[in-house]
Amino acid sequence: MTQLPGLLDTEAIRKDFPILDRLVHDGQKLVYLDNAATSQKPTQVLDALAGYYEKHNANVHRGVHVLAEEATALYEGARDKVAAFINAPSRDEVIFTKNASESLNLVANMLGWADEPYRVERDTEIVITEMEHHSNIVPWQLLSQRTGAKLKWFGLTDEGRLDMAGIEELITERTKVVALTLVSNIMGTFNPVEDIVRRAQEVGALVVVDASQAAPHMALDVQALQADFVAFTGHKMCGPTGIGVLWGRQELLNDLPPFLGGGEMIETVTMHSSTYAPAPHKFEAGTPPVAQAVGLGAAVDYLTAIGMDRIQQHEHALTEYAVRKLQEIPDLRIIGPATAEDRGATISFTLGDIHPHDVGQVLDEQGIAVRVGHHCARPVCLRYGIPATTRASFYLYSTPAEVDALADGLEHVRNFFA
Amino acid sequence: MYQEVILDHYKHPHGRGLRDGDAEVHHVNPTCGDEITLRVRYDGDTIEDVSYEGQGCSISQASASVLNELLVGKELAEARRIQETFLELMQSKGQLEPDDSMEDLLEDAVAFAGVSKYPARVKCALLSWMAWKDATSKAFSEAGTTAQGTEADSAKEKTA
Repeated sequence: MTQLPGLLDTEAIRKDFPILDRLVHDGQKLVYLDNAATSQKPTQVLDALAGYYEKHNANVHRGVHVLAEEATALYEGARDKVAAFINAPSRDEVIFTKNASESLNLVANMLGWADEPYRVERDTEIVITEMEHHSNIVPWQLLSQRTGAKLKWFGLTDEGRLDMAGIEELITERTKVVALTLVSNIMGTFNPVEDIVRRAQEVGALVVVDASQAAPHMALDVQALQADFVAFTGHKMCGPTGIGVLWGRQELLNDLPPFLGGGEMIETVTMHSSTYAPAPHKFEAGTPPVAQAVGLGAAVDYLTAIGMDRIQQHEHALTEYAVRKLQEIPDLRIIGPATAEDRGATISFTLGDIHPHDVGQVLDEQGIAVRVGHHCARPVCLRYGIPATTRASFYLYSTPAEVDALADGLEHVRNFFA
Repeated sequence: MYQEVILDHYKHPHGRGLRDGDAEVHHVNPTCGDEITLRVRYDGDTIEDVSYEGQGCSISQASASVLNELLVGKELAEARRIQETFLELMQSKGQLEPDDSMEDLLEDAVAFAGVSKYPARVKCALLSWMAWKDATSKAFSEAGTTAQGTEADSAKEKTA
């Protein structure tokens, strides 16, 4: 077996993920390389979900009975865990949503309804990038269409990185908000957020960071990042679906208006008007995803126990190995950075003229699960003149043997369609 | 799923390329980005040509080639019967075992029976067939009342 420096003890880790032992298609061993779409869940998270429903289930923040108090403590405990995980200065800056899309839509709507100086309106500008997931494009397009604000974006270099050349013309005194991803979901690129934050601060623009592909894979420190909002989702980081996070700076959360109205987010209500609860509750209308938050808390515990820096090292070693192995395959073209430097363990590629759906299907017949298509980042495919890519993405339980299986599988694909 | 017949059509497509037609349509399959531009040319009720240009997976490309081979030269009524039978096969979720009469009617297209087990790929197989159906109704509605058989056709469309 291939040994690489920096790898985690995957033999032990994989015991926590029962699904990884599954056989598919009449006895093929599952090789799960679709982690950028969603991660698998360890038994620790599954047990936390089941345990919550079996022993503590109640609605939160409103009952005086024992279950309601336990459920509330577990839900708020999960908030503490997430706050510590991202090094938030205050637990009240952590808002639970249903996913990263909802988090990003929430920010866009806060800014659309905000008073000065945050209000996005005609004669102001919104800046995004060409490598965003659709969830960090469409909310800003909607905001632009509804307010008349102009939408601008960073283009990409041929190497799959942000073209920073025009930053001064792009982010100007008119810019109200800059929204960008920390790690590309299609190319794995790490983006130079600090340079963009510096420029945004010069002109007084807010910075929204989509950390969906970062939070599962590296230590995320919102104070070091110096952004104003950071969004991510639970299901890509060993947590359940239906739970996302929006972190925002306290003074912004105090000043900005709520978006969804309902139970939980109020202070007092009369038939004429209402006053609102302080953040984070101001932004959590309705019964929240309680069990899912508890599951996310368990996922955070699980990842923290292993160590985010060690997870990043593991994935970096695997990425180096995978990039090398993939580049040995004739006609394979990596879309995005062609080395393991400043990139994560998500690798997109094309294989000659073979359509990615055919690549994915023939890999699936061998038990190898990858994602094919435009990965909700269609502008990236347009930029590189391709209809779609095949994407392999690794996580803490991925092994060099799985990289080998992918490389062998791709050789088989080539022969099949030759 | 990848029958030899399908791979053959993919590697050596029939009738590929755009030629003159009475109507043209452009269809896309947003889930995988398959695209096809398809033209039909009729002589009365006879299909003179189905020409197409597109990009996409082997299933969508092979299916367009099979369509060209099957439908060119057929009468419209017969072509509709083939299209409806192919649609039925593709919507069968792998539950339909083609019988002799279906095999006679669909010829190479029965090779797609296995694709019907894969919900994500059914749209690939149907892309060109839906484009043909759309182009045909466009050709006859554009021809208006001057084209023979238009009324009969729209009646068929309603009963289909």
